[in-house]
Amino acid sequence: MIAELGLAALWMAAALAILQVVTGLLTVYAGRGGSDDSVLPEIARLTRPSAVMQGLLTIFSFAMLLWVFAITDLSVRLVAENSHSMKPLVFKIAAAWGNHEGSMLLWVTIMSLAGALIALVERRLPERTMQATIAAQGLVALGFYAFLLLSSNPFDRLTFPALEGAGLNPLLQDLGLAFHPPTLYVGYVGLSIAFSFAVGALLTREVTPAFARAMRPWILAAWIFLTLGITAGSYWAYYELGWGGWWFWDPVENASLMPWLAATALLHSVSVLAARDALRTWTIMLGVVAFSMSMLGTFLVRSGILTSVHAFAVDPQRGTFILILLALYIGGALLLFALRAGSIVEGKRFAVASREGALVFNNVMLSAILAIVLLGTLYPLVTEAFGVRVSVGPPYFDPVSAIFVIPMLLVMMVGPLLRWRQDSASRIKGQLLAILAALAVGIIVVVLIGGVHVLPFLGLVLALALAVASLSPLKGRKLRRVPLFTWGMVLAHFGIAMALFGMASDSAFTKEKLTAVGVGETAMVGPWSVKLDGVEPVAGPNWTAMQGNLTASYRGEQPITLTPQSRSFWAPPQQTKESALSTRWNGQLYAVIGEQSAQGRWQLRLWWKPFVIYIWLGGGLVALGGLLSLIGRMMADLRLRMAKRNRALRAGEAAA
Amino acid sequence: MSALKPKHQRLVLLGFALVALLAAGLLAAWALRNQASYFYLPDQMKANPPAVGQAVRLGGMVEKGSLKTLPDGVTIDFTVTGRGNAQIPVRFTGIVPDLFEEGSGVVAEGHLAPDGVFIASTILAKHDENYVPREMQGMTDTKAAKMAEKTTVGLQ
Repeated sequence: MIAELGLAALWMAAALAILQVVTGLLTVYAGRGGSDDSVLPEIARLTRPSAVMQGLLTIFSFAMLLWVFAITDLSVRLVAENSHSMKPLVFKIAAAWGNHEGSMLLWVTIMSLAGALIALVERRLPERTMQATIAAQGLVALGFYAFLLLSSNPFDRLTFPALEGAGLNPLLQDLGLAFHPPTLYVGYVGLSIAFSFAVGALLTREVTPAFARAMRPWILAAWIFLTLGITAGSYWAYYELGWGGWWFWDPVENASLMPWLAATALLHSVSVLAARDALRTWTIMLGVVAFSMSMLGTFLVRSGILTSVHAFAVDPQRGTFILILLALYIGGALLLFALRAGSIVEGKRFAVASREGALVFNNVMLSAILAIVLLGTLYPLVTEAFGVRVSVGPPYFDPVSAIFVIPMLLVMMVGPLLRWRQDSASRIKGQLLAILAALAVGIIVVVLIGGVHVLPFLGLVLALALAVASLSPLKGRKLRRVPLFTWGMVLAHFGIAMALFGMASDSAFTKEKLTAVGVGETAMVGPWSVKLDGVEPVAGPNWTAMQGNLTASYRGEQPITLTPQSRSFWAPPQQTKESALSTRWNGQLYAVIGEQSAQGRWQLRLWWKPFVIYIWLGGGLVALGGLLSLIGRMMADLRLRMAKRNRALRAGEAAA
Repeated sequence: MSALKPKHQRLVLLGFALVALLAAGLLAAWALRNQASYFYLPDQMKANPPAVGQAVRLGGMVEKGSLKTLPDGVTIDFTVTGRGNAQIPVRFTGIVPDLFEEGSGVVAEGHLAPDGVFIASTILAKHDENYVPREMQGMTDTKAAKMAEKTTVGLQ
């Protein structure tokens, strides 16, 4: 019964999406030629409520899915295939989106909630543009409803209920699963709003600074979630997979990086449009590209043409379906863009040495990096069509993307110091000298340390200079008077410097020790001495494990205990390595226990990773910067609206 | 630059963007040809070995009885077998994946040493029924894959 309620709600939501598309488009076409909002057809009043209702229905449907997972209703196929009655409750619930159908339902739920939210609160733009935007959002959602209902029904029943569930992949039985996919999905799907805004603006030809200001908070919010999701996913992979790496250039990681790159570019170009009314077509283009990358990512992950921990099931029919959706939406949007781009009036001009100039440069660099990641991700698929199997990894991605990342970082140091429209280097001489000094100090320090490879070398130097540069917009200003969104930019840029420092430091200074030790023996890694006190069997709710008891001491300080495990899950039967971590301000000790080898010795893999934690702290800081910026923009907008209303009130009083 | 008309400015921007993207594309194409690591089956590697030191992947079966742990306790030697009983000796230092064992399918990442031993830097084995190194999926048509049924079952 519960499952059927969920399914019925989903069908109704799909029907409302159709209604929303029809009424929205009718409204736009009824008033072609004029942009006067006072003559909207009666039918326009249906558009917003159906978007809101749709959001409520999908959240109801998703709640029903959570319910059947929480009570482990084994007559539902999805539950039987992905859950198990003996699992802790939090993993039972998280298992609802730890599979293909459930994650697609989560996708659709977030998408229609986003649509409901713009329908409910977004009233800054001309109503006709909003009607077109909401119609576009409904149209995109409709494709995903079709996908869900026709080829991946999450509420499918089994003719005969299963006796016991098949369990959830143990790699996914981690708190990371409760957090990482929903966050990332909010980011992915949040970009659909940017897409809908872009399509809406193309339909009504109203690409204005007001449009950019309306779109910006939505992009910012999606971008914050994307940043958080990628950061969390990276840390999750780092400690869960036990390989000691934090980024593998796995196709699925790339699938999350590509929308982030596009969204970052979009975020900056929309700022130019809002502040200076330039880069109109470019912003629209990026709005289309950003969500296209989200959908491409979904296609890569969900179609099963790539294999990774993230690909749940290999089903060619689904792949074809998503590919058709992808072609329709991206192709349709690009066609609309091609038809309308010419009619969008050129924006204001600016000099090369200006804030806009720097932002344009970095936008192009971000797009180039996006192209490089995209080509590297798709290349194995292309060669496979010709019968050649290849894999593309760090030897490609690291140096090739660095070629564009480095100039981008250099311009990023200067850009925030420049004024809009036109500026000169002589005005910001002081700050430029400070950045150059930081670069010089960085080079000297890293040369003195010695033995650092080219890329980590550049990373360390640039990280130092960027840290100095990111703070220099604050120079000479009263800190309490600096607007919140400026703080946001400063923090986000500083976070990039911090993350870069962590990455470079990890690749430059990591010490690794792989050894087999007997009980009571000690292994040394970097400044740590690690002693194996013993190995004992332990048991969890649905696994048993061999646990190594280690005492580790940093430069002879008070020893700490580490307990890495080699776990055997029994539903499904599988083994995982649980790493053990010890974090200090200046790095992390990472321990993995392997198998027992000859003479009763145990394999031990230890890493000392100086400053590695700054990668994720930096990522968190970038997201926090985004949040501050979002709050700052929204407060400024609220103040503006209040002032407008007060003025209107006063005008009304004067008239009376 | 400030003397440019908006229309010209747009063309300059477009040109710059196109040039940068074209450069990125060409660079990517060139680097992909050089940096992509190719997948070899043992018979292919015997017949047409890659350059010494070039990063490649080798996939096949771990020969029964060939697995030996060296005295340091963390280095293993084994033989990967494929079609026509072609054999490649492999050396790996590290903790092997849980499902790595004699008679199972394996994909090793690494390079060929001058003495013909494949030095593996990473061993990929099946993690669970959903996560299989991509190359192992296509092994069904080889003798190796039949032997590897245990590790590739549940794929199709």
